[in-house]
Amino acid sequence: MTGRPQRPVDRATEERLDALREEAGRTGAVAAAGAPVAGGPIPQGHGYYGRPVVKPPVWTWEIPLYFFVGGAAGMAAAIALGATITGPDAVLEGGGPRAGMVRAALWLAAAGAALSPILLILDLGRPARFLNMLRVFKWRSAMSIGAWTLVAFGATAATAALLVEILHRAASGGDPGGGPLGLPVSLIEMFALGLIAGAGVAGALLATYTGVLLGATTIPAWFTHHRLLPIHFGAAGLGSAAAALELLGFELVPLHALGLAAAGIETAVWAGLELRSHGAADRALREGRAGLLLRASGLLAGPLALVLRLVGWVPAAAAVFLAGALIGRYGWLAAGRASGRDPEATFATQRSTRGRIQDRGWSLPRPPG
Amino acid sequence: MTIGRGTQSTNQARHSYVADGVTVGFFTDPTVCIGCKACEVACKEWNQVPAEPAQWTGTSYDHTGSLGASTWRHVKFLEQPLALGRQTAGRMGADGEDDPFRWLFVSDVCKHCEHAGCLEACPTGSIVRTPVGSVYVQDDVCNGCGYCVVACPFGVIDRRPEPLPGAGGAFKCTFCYDRQADGLVPACAKACPTESIRFGPLAELREEAARRVETLRRRGIADAWIYDPRETSVGGTHAIFLMLGDPEPWGQPPAPEVPTIHLRAAWTSAALTAAAALAAALAAFALFPG
Repeated sequence: MTGRPQRPVDRATEERLDALREEAGRTGAVAAAGAPVAGGPIPQGHGYYGRPVVKPPVWTWEIPLYFFVGGAAGMAAAIALGATITGPDAVLEGGGPRAGMVRAALWLAAAGAALSPILLILDLGRPARFLNMLRVFKWRSAMSIGAWTLVAFGATAATAALLVEILHRAASGGDPGGGPLGLPVSLIEMFALGLIAGAGVAGALLATYTGVLLGATTIPAWFTHHRLLPIHFGAAGLGSAAAALELLGFELVPLHALGLAAAGIETAVWAGLELRSHGAADRALREGRAGLLLRASGLLAGPLALVLRLVGWVPAAAAVFLAGALIGRYGWLAAGRASGRDPEATFATQRSTRGRIQDRGWSLPRPPG
Repeated sequence: MTIGRGTQSTNQARHSYVADGVTVGFFTDPTVCIGCKACEVACKEWNQVPAEPAQWTGTSYDHTGSLGASTWRHVKFLEQPLALGRQTAGRMGADGEDDPFRWLFVSDVCKHCEHAGCLEACPTGSIVRTPVGSVYVQDDVCNGCGYCVVACPFGVIDRRPEPLPGAGGAFKCTFCYDRQADGLVPACAKACPTESIRFGPLAELREEAARRVETLRRRGIADAWIYDPRETSVGGTHAIFLMLGDPEPWGQPPAPEVPTIHLRAAWTSAALTAAAALAAALAAFALFPG
């Protein structure tokens, strides 16, 4: 034998071993430092062994990207509507920067309307059945209303973009005779105006319904903000649309004004989420990966974009806002996952009401620990 | 309370609830549950629910974990430092006294809510209400959008992951509607050896549950009550449970709400935001022409 020198055996060591055997036989268990008693304490933790009460969302990367794309595309159509109504002749017949901006906004809307369903279908568990989404219309399902809004938006935005492009080509082609498609120009203009109006209204709803979609769930971090989310998502969409158009080269004063307003609202949302905490119920918004994403997003799309705009650094402000809005959508999904897995968040949202609504006819001291 | 009447029990008898349009329910009583999991096995076998890879939870005898797309009955194992009968955890304390302890089992299941979040949220109309009042997912319609998953206040329904059969669709307890249509009781209730799971007309079960609570309280179990959240927006459930103590340790929400209660405020906010955005776009181009 090598290594440690052998310990001398004496009466004391053997008596100690006998004592251990006697204690084990008498009490059923022996414990010492480094060798705790067999078994263990009753597991503690919130709820049932700390397991979630509700199910976290199963949605993957496509959904936040859709929130971003759909929001920007929808609000681009809203911007096109605002610009067209305030000067229809200049937009539909003229060739100025505003007319170019409206054309770009409508193509942006059409491109977003084409990309959005692709993202949504990719996320479906059974993508081949995507048309079942249009099997029924349900007022009480935000998902159903959203699907139909997207269809209405896609149809109007795409045709509006096409018609305005045709009108533009006809005007710049200097064709003084009959209008394009063999129809009078005024008729096509009226039609285009109606389509832009439809796309603008549907687009504004497309950018805000996503807040309802998350707000009307059982995920604590989402439904505690069911009023704020549509405002937050709408402002992010409006700012993103203005920023995208500015980055496409249309640095118009009205777009700057809209970008300023959106960054201002996002600053208020960021500050509000930081200051008005719901405690455990929405702690997912401040902790972990979701907290990091949402804080980064809030700073980028809020104060940073606002300051950059105020000092006149428009392209930088636009880029920063777009990045913030995109990161923020991923932050909200991450927060939903974390919050859905957190039983304490679910209990915290219900604890305030349970005493009032439940009379169980018994009272018992809470278990220790 | 009649327990264990074997083949004489209503839990075994043929019925015509579907044809008669009787609202039925489950009454699950943990005080007679022995944690055998016959209900879990019966459910999986009858409904041919695929097996998920086994996992050890490391916290209790419960290795099923939770209800989900492939688990429609879930036996929970509770350990609580509270006294019940002659149960004891041994002398763990320094004072040499028996520590109070109770070990409880309960078979959890879809609650089949009166106002069901999953049914309201479903955009395809896949989730429907049956003539017996239960909530049923039509698998051939579901396209797997996942919105029901975040709409359930009890965390029951889930989307089944690859590579299991039927992956991508949302699944939950069917209340064995196929069996019921043939006049049979649900598989879990039929297999339960102690009639901890009772099946029958919901109104009768509610009376039976109230009588059981009375009996238990008379025997000194003071914290017995019926978990059937009728006071919240869920409006009561078609699967009711006897409970001892707070609902949280049983993994049940103390005040479950159907998420549609947030719709009015959220849609108002969305509509106002959309209108404000359109107005802002209009104002911006009206104020800054050029």
